[in-house]
Amino acid sequence: MIIDILSWSCLLGGGLLGVVGGIGIHRFPDFYSRQHATGITDTLCAMLILLGLGLQAGMSFATFKLALIFMFLFLTSPTASHALANAAMHGGLKPKLDSATGKDES
Amino acid sequence: MLTAVSLAILITMGLALARALMGPTVYDRIAAINMFGTKTVLLIAVFAFLSGRMDLLDIALVYALINFIGVVAVLKLVIYGDFHSSGKDNTKPVKVD
Repeated sequence: MIIDILSWSCLLGGGLLGVVGGIGIHRFPDFYSRQHATGITDTLCAMLILLGLGLQAGMSFATFKLALIFMFLFLTSPTASHALANAAMHGGLKPKLDSATGKDES
Repeated sequence: MLTAVSLAILITMGLALARALMGPTVYDRIAAINMFGTKTVLLIAVFAFLSGRMDLLDIALVYALINFIGVVAVLKLVIYGDFHSSGKDNTKPVKVD
């Protein structure tokens, strides 16, 4: 019974985090701050949902597959975000700085 | 419970698609599609448990692999302008907003 409660809370937490990340991607002003929103949903939401599913599956081959999926997402999501932000910076996309620092930079 | 989580994932995918359509710069679109791909992986995993067929998890794993490679390929296209198809020297990054 404890396992069910734990997995349900993980699943619900993951779902909520996903929606929060989705809302965050709309509310942040520019691209670089939006990377924070996509970063949250990619890593923590995926981890919670996969953990919740793994708890329901118990010690079985499916849990091993879920661990593989998590391990792969855990390694590649930050790499993709880094490559994206790097490409944006090289592509000439200026981050939106506040008025104090923005003046002397551009 | 699993349907509630799949509903939450579908909402996130809708928001990501909206950002992909509205995104001013091309990098917003790539970030939104990357997020959409990760959510598809999770949706397939949740649906595997919903329908009880555990072999769907392999599809989720392959989708995660392909999604990452797709994002990197699109980035290469955006940075260098093309996939060496035009034969001109394009080792210099192309300025694009």
